[in-house]
Amino acid sequence: MTHQYTLGGTKFRFPDLRTLLARATPARSGDVLAGLAAASATERVAAQLALADLPLADILAEPVVPYETDDVTRLIVDGHDRAAFAPVSHLTVGGFRDWLLGEADAAALAGIRWGITPEMAAAVSKIMRLQDLIAVAAKCRVTTAFRNTIGLPGRLSVRLQPNHPTDDLRGIAASTLDGLLLGAGDACIGVNPATDSVPGTIALLHMLDEVRARSEAPTQTCVLAHVTTTLRAIERGAPVDLLFQSIGGTEATNRSFGVTLGLLAEARDAALSLHRGTVGRNVMYFETGQGSALSAGAHHGVDQQTIEARAYAVARTFEPLLVNSVVGFIGPEYLYDGKQITRAGLEDHFCAKLLGLPMGVDVCYTNHAEADQDDMDALLTLLGVAGVSYVMGVPGADDVMLSYQSTSFHDGLYVRGVLGKRPAPEFEAWLERMGLDGTTLPARLPPQLTQAVASAA
Amino acid sequence: MSDSDTPAILRGLRRFTPARIGLGRVGNGLPTTAHLQFQAAHAAARDAVHSALDVVALRARLAAAGVVTVAVKSICPDRPTFLLRPDLGRTLDPDDATALAARPLPGCFAVVLADGLSALAVASHAPALLELLLPRLGPSVVVIATQARVALGDHVGAALRAAATLVLIGERPGLSAADSLGAYLPGGPAAGRTDAERNCVSNIRPEGLAVPAAADKLLWLIAEMRRLGLTGVGLKDEQALALGSEAQDRSIPMVTT
Repeated sequence: MTHQYTLGGTKFRFPDLRTLLARATPARSGDVLAGLAAASATERVAAQLALADLPLADILAEPVVPYETDDVTRLIVDGHDRAAFAPVSHLTVGGFRDWLLGEADAAALAGIRWGITPEMAAAVSKIMRLQDLIAVAAKCRVTTAFRNTIGLPGRLSVRLQPNHPTDDLRGIAASTLDGLLLGAGDACIGVNPATDSVPGTIALLHMLDEVRARSEAPTQTCVLAHVTTTLRAIERGAPVDLLFQSIGGTEATNRSFGVTLGLLAEARDAALSLHRGTVGRNVMYFETGQGSALSAGAHHGVDQQTIEARAYAVARTFEPLLVNSVVGFIGPEYLYDGKQITRAGLEDHFCAKLLGLPMGVDVCYTNHAEADQDDMDALLTLLGVAGVSYVMGVPGADDVMLSYQSTSFHDGLYVRGVLGKRPAPEFEAWLERMGLDGTTLPARLPPQLTQAVASAA
Repeated sequence: MSDSDTPAILRGLRRFTPARIGLGRVGNGLPTTAHLQFQAAHAAARDAVHSALDVVALRARLAAAGVVTVAVKSICPDRPTFLLRPDLGRTLDPDDATALAARPLPGCFAVVLADGLSALAVASHAPALLELLLPRLGPSVVVIATQARVALGDHVGAALRAAATLVLIGERPGLSAADSLGAYLPGGPAAGRTDAERNCVSNIRPEGLAVPAAADKLLWLIAEMRRLGLTGVGLKDEQALALGSEAQDRSIPMVTT
């Protein structure tokens, strides 16, 4: 269906929904790279005005990636809940924005989750300012659980990310101890392995499980290997809490990651069969990020933010404990600078929360992006206000394996402190028991932590 | 671990990792020294990203070791464009493609040295790695490529009618490592490969995966690739952990291909 809008004496035409969505997207380098961005600031706003007038029902009727050839589209269309959609089914995209900012409360937002498609969430985000993205996300409530509870009101969790350039077990244990001492680790203790080998992953899983058990920390561990590697580790009896996988918003993007929806379902079943959760059964951990589809040549002419939102349809099918966008990891060809990273991080968080996901954000940047620590401080603070479920905790903000800068253990303390947020309740109680809830390091280590590190070292 | 004094324990653990642990805290913040040391490291990494590969010096050094090289470039004109347009960095300059195709070596192993995001990494570690790899690869051609990304290797391999291509490329500088080399093994050269179809050995540098261990790992992967006729996630690395490092699974590849 053709869309048009006249602005400033010029009539702008948009031949189909995906073009309208792309042209309406706030500026970012990845859409320019794909040849999808608006050619002028005026064209962008004309597209936003046309989009605001578009009924939500029209978005449902026109998939941006063909149903016949894409299993993510089939997941979205076949999984759409008309009853949940009913409260907003008469609205335009603009009317939906007003509804979200106005009358929608936490219960109403939870009620429409399965009636909202990723494309609707993406569409409305494109006509929202940062404060709108923050205000609505802050009203969403999403709670998940495994050995602790993530996402309760007033809580902000931290994934402890103790990566090491050669997967040295003692080095990873050392960074884990540092993080626990600084209040990180309630989202999970999650290592990106430098090597995706099966024996290496198994060694890491055993070490992390040993540290967790000896420290008595109520949390979950994860080795972020490829899902097929973790499945083999499960077959060999390794202690797997969470099944990790990077995912994207089209079938072809997922293929580029070496996964299918069927494989993810198989992986979830395998993790559930271990019965390792104590307070909940959310066993999946997904990472996403704008630009991965274009990077894989799998974007079907759709803008990167809309494709990213479609990845959340994949994620929510598998009831994950954790999902995060790695927003600044991709580099300047997709998100050029601090301004673009900031907007994308808040968009991803908003869309995911609206769709019902326990959304965290890897607030991060690379050394070839036009960004620095000041940009990260700003995005971290904004996400804290928006109610982000968790952020990363990396020693000194410097990931010595993945070669990028994320948020530090100190950053987690900062954002909790300045916003009055607290860790997951089970983990908070443990911090108190260990004497780690103060504003200074304890003079002596609790014996549980000494033993935990000694067992790994 | 008999000493339970926290600062002493953290100082002792630093020998196990280059990570920034045991920094102390002032309130919830970083002490001044740690904060400014970070800023200095970031400044060095930023400068490394924008450095250029000295092709003349690299060719001379390899020639002295008896390695004949061919120099090519992508169609990307400069560094700022390289950062914004990876598609240009993947495309071989047409004149260079013609020149390579005019002197093919059918069935050879094409080894491409690409500047990627750290010319420093290629200049520092590629010669030593080549010295260990080349005697074991059979007939091979070494190509030096500038303003180049991983996928440019596919085009080089195709132009040479190579049987397989290995790309050694400068990885994105981190704060503690501006000289990290990545090795990508896409198997037979075919344009349009996905990242899952490539095997990667990353973080090759003295403090990461040392050159001899990287060479062992690559030679093992190459042997398996030849035996099984596949690469990527279908080829599972069953080697022991100590041998080092393969591609981390992240939504985004570390070197944009």
